[in-house]
Order: sequence, then structure tokens, then C-alpha cells
Amino acid sequence: MAHEPQDATARRIRRDILKMLYLCQSGHPGGSLSCVEILEGLYYRTMRVDPSRPGWEDRDRLVLSKGHACPALYAVLADLGFFPREDLWRLRQVDSHLQGHPDMTKTPGVDANTGSLGQGLSIAVGLALAAKHKKKDYRVFAVVGDGEVQEGMIWEAAMAAAHYKLDNLIVLLDHNGLQIDGPNDKVMGLGDIVGKFSAFGFDCEVVDGHDAQAVAEAAGRRADGKPRFIRCRTVKGRGVLFMEGNAGWHGKPMNAQEYEAAMKELGGADHV
Amino acid sequence: MSDAKSLRVAYGEALVELGAQDDRVVVLDADLAHATMTSLFEAKFPDRFYNFGLAEANMMCAAAGFAHSGLLPFASTFALFGTGRAYEQIRNSIAYVNANVKFGLSHSGLSVGEDGGSHQSIEDIALMRVVPNMTIFVPCDPIETRKAVFAAAKIEGPVYIRVARPVVETITTPQTPFVPGKIVRLRDGTDVCILATGLMVKEALKAADLLASEGIRAAVADVHTLKPFDAEFVLEAARTCGRILTVEEHSVIGGLGSASAEVLAGASAAKFRRMGIGDKFGFSGKPADLFESFGLTAGDIARECKALLD
Ligand SMILES: Cc1ncc(C[n+]2csc(CCOP(=O)(O)OP(=O)(O)O)c2C)c(N)n1
Ligand SMILES: [Mg+2]
Repeated sequence: MAHEPQDATARRIRRDILKMLYLCQSGHPGGSLSCVEILEGLYYRTMRVDPSRPGWEDRDRLVLSKGHACPALYAVLADLGFFPREDLWRLRQVDSHLQGHPDMTKTPGVDANTGSLGQGLSIAVGLALAAKHKKKDYRVFAVVGDGEVQEGMIWEAAMAAAHYKLDNLIVLLDHNGLQIDGPNDKVMGLGDIVGKFSAFGFDCEVVDGHDAQAVAEAAGRRADGKPRFIRCRTVKGRGVLFMEGNAGWHGKPMNAQEYEAAMKELGGADHV
Repeated sequence: MSDAKSLRVAYGEALVELGAQDDRVVVLDADLAHATMTSLFEAKFPDRFYNFGLAEANMMCAAAGFAHSGLLPFASTFALFGTGRAYEQIRNSIAYVNANVKFGLSHSGLSVGEDGGSHQSIEDIALMRVVPNMTIFVPCDPIETRKAVFAAAKIEGPVYIRVARPVVETITTPQTPFVPGKIVRLRDGTDVCILATGLMVKEALKAADLLASEGIRAAVADVHTLKPFDAEFVLEAARTCGRILTVEEHSVIGGLGSASAEVLAGASAAKFRRMGIGDKFGFSGKPADLFESFGLTAGDIARECKALLD
């Protein structure tokens, strides 16, 4: 697999992800690396957020429904100034506010607790419904995994989103083709996933999930009276050649050599 | 003793062994075959393995369908998602009709560690204990895990096997009896009886060593079956020791502590204490750090025994 150029932000985020995961010797590299540009497109180019006011009522919300990818979210939030970057290095340690899966009661900037896959999209539906209920104009973005959409709850949420005409809800699928036990197609094929969301009443689009600008433009579009579904084509483990497209790197710790090689690839030999 | 092994590996190996003897055995998983170690069965018997993807509720009801058709399904995922997400599916489609479904659910308790509170099942025993027809095994080591799988296959009806994630040294021997519903006395003692389950059995034995060096004789019992519960053993221990301490890697509500209290209340004047996870959630950390934070080390157990003796 050949590398396409990443911008400086994406590189920086990826280096922080790797350092966090290397230090705690646990966690999920593959799915964190695949959603970097999705979060970049949202947080840096689309969403209305204020790092000094994580609880601001009118902010746009992000639900990282595939919660195991939270190292990517934490790196972005720290980079934006929601909390000090040094906190990242205590990921998953006792007394750290950075839990193994996102915890809104502990981490500034986290909008929903996830980790049990399938639940986040329903929380996002509730957030979007509440915005309508309160006549607020903020939007809700939900990032779901392609293994995650096998959960029945996802389809209950999809039905509700269309029923309530949640045009303030934007669902982004991190379509990296892999889950824990292998390719989606081997474990439980998704079939025509865009066709399915479309049949459920979503306005759909497909983008290169490693192009932050493309993600931002798609996420910024609105379809009157319809929730949006954006299939982001991604590569699991993106940015580190030996992890790319390899299901084995879903949740495996790096050893010292692997860490060094990965950091070098991301131009971060001097990264501290 | 040697032969340290993760209980989930012991579980996967036992499924392979059982599957070779009994061709009714089919194995179901929900995209965690490489974590629950049902992947060992898949490798050996690919035609008898079904991956349901991330769909625990669907998997549990499908397991009922296999059982209704005369097969012997073992369904696996993490303890939290099996007993939690699919609770009502287990309750209505499986237990309510006494369907012959076994579920070996891994990554139970605090010892999941770094994944944090969202993944630490501290209420799974309570959830399953309250369901009629259910049998619950909580093995303490690899040898007992194997026995639990074979015993489950002989029981007609639902069986939950709680499988912890860490590598565990062997405590029991192949000769140690494993009779469903019968607590095993691992160590004699007359001052206090420690009833322990799962990973806490090893800590209890260490605690008994600590206490022995101070002249205190603690009995240690391995509660491998949480349901049906061995009331007779607990009452006898209360009579001979006069002091009972329960230790579990689970909430103090609804698990071993509660089961023991239900037996002792009104029937015994023995002094009684429960150790486990207080009424709160876990959080991320290394398993050893968490056991320390939650006061579930051998030293904590020894201290609690002494408090009972005061
Ligand atoms: C309800 C539930 N079941 C199982 C798991 C365990 N698990 C964590 S990640 C994962 C695979 C997720 O695959 P995917 O959604 O494709 O994520 P990605 O490839 O983006 O990492 C599984 C099965 C979980 N977290 N929640
Ligand atoms: Mg995936």
C-alpha cells in the first residue's frame, strides 16, 4: 500500500496516538489511526466548539460511537486545548482522566460515554432530538465503525433518525473493512451499506476518509428533513505501513522496535 | 504449581476437546473469537463455528434455535455484553424454556484492567443468579475451566461459565473433585473460613499463608459454582469456624457475598463479612493496580480475617 501525503495536523495526531498507546501497552491502534482525518475534518474544519468551554450549550456534539478509537479523540482534544497534552501520556492508568473508553464525566470535551459498541448512535439520536426539542441549531456528529453497524441497535437508531427527520444528525462510517476477527466480509458482511442507510431514509454520500477537507465538506452539507450518512473510505492502521490493512493490529501493543519504526515513518524521531 | 495459562485459552482448548468427542457441539461468537479463544475451535472445526459479528442479542437467540434443534451450542463474547446487552434474550429465549445453551463469557470482572469501567463486568453473576434454571460456574484456574466446560455439557439447561482474562497459575489438580453445586475445601482451618471464587481463590490461599505465619488457621474454600449454591457447606463452615469471609471479583451485591448472606441469615450466628467491589464502577488501570485500589489483595483479605477474629 502506498502512502499518500498527510497534512501536518494528521501526522501530529497520529504520533500522539502511537505514543499514548506505546506508553500504556494496551489499547487500539488500528481503528484510532483510521479515523484521524475524520476527526480532523470535523473538529478543525466543521464543528462549532470552544476548548475553553467544553460544556457550552450551543456547541456541536461529537459521539465517537466506536469508542475504542478514543486515543484519536483524546489527541485531537488535547491538540485543540481542551486539556494539557501531558495528560495523554497517562492514558489508561489508575487516576488518569483518560479512560480506556470515552468518559464524559472525566474528560473535558467528551460528549458521550461509549465503548459498548452500538450504543453511541442512539445517544446521538437523543442529542439531536433534544436540540430540535429545545429549538437549538447545534449539530450532532456520530462516528461509527463498520463492525459496529452489525449491532441491531444501529438500525433502531437509523429508523428513529429518519422518522424524526433529524437533519441535524450526521453519521460518519469509518469504513476500514476490518473488525477483530478479520474482514467484515468474512465475519458478517455489510452488503450495500449505503443502499441500506439510503433505504432507511438517510441522505448519503461517499468520501475519501483520509481527506480531511473532503470529510469536512461532506459533513457540512445539510439535507432538509433527512439525517445524513457519509461512508468514509479508510484504511485500518493508516499511516503506519506494517499496521495498514492488518486486522491483527486492532488491539495489540507495540514493542520498542515497532514503536520506533512507526514514529520514524510519521516523521517523529524527535517526537517527545 | 506450574502450567500457568489464561483461562480463556483453557476454555478454547476445552471446547476443542469436547467438540472432538461430541459432534452436537457448535460454537458461536460475536467478533471476539480471537479474544474469547473460540478461535481455537474455529481452526479445528470450521464447519461447526458461526461468527455473528457484533450482534450479541442475535447470537443468543440463534443459540436457542440451535438448542431447540438438538445441537449443543456454546456462545461466547465478553461477560458484560453477553449477560448485559443480551440479558433479556438469555432470560426469555433461553432460560425461560430451559434451552440447552452454554455461554462461556470472557473478560469478566475488574481484571479486564485498562479497558476500563465500560468493559469491567462487576454485576454479571448477580444478573445470571436471579434467572431461574441457570447454572453458574466461576472457575479459578485452567484445570477447573476445563472441568466446567465438560460439566456444562452434561447439564440439561443453560450454563454460564465466567472466564477471567489474566494468566492464572494452576491451583487445583486434575484429581480435585468438580461436582456442580459442591464447594471444594482447598485448605483446612478452624478460626475463619474464606469462601472465595474465581481469581480470588489464589489470593485467599496466599492470605491463609500470611495468617498461618501469625498462628491463625484459615480454611479456604473454592466456590466454583455460584448457582445452585452449596448452602450445606456454608452452614457447616459457619458451625466449625464461627467466622465467614466471602471474597469475589464482583460487586458485593448479588454475587457470592449475597448468596452466602442469604444462607446464613436467620440460620447461623457466625460472624460474617463480604469482600468484593463496593457499590461503584471500576476504571482504567493495570489489573494489579485495580486490585490494590479496590482492596482485593491477599494482604487485604488477611486483614479482614483478623478483623473478624477481633
Ligand atoms: C457491544 C460490544 N461488543 C463487542 C465489543 C468488543 N469490540 C471492541 S472493538 C470491536 C471491533 C469493532 O470493529 P469496527 O467497528 O470495525 O471498529 P474499527 O475497525 O474502526 O476499529 C469489538 C468486537 C464491544 N466493544 N462492544
Ligand atoms: Mg472496522
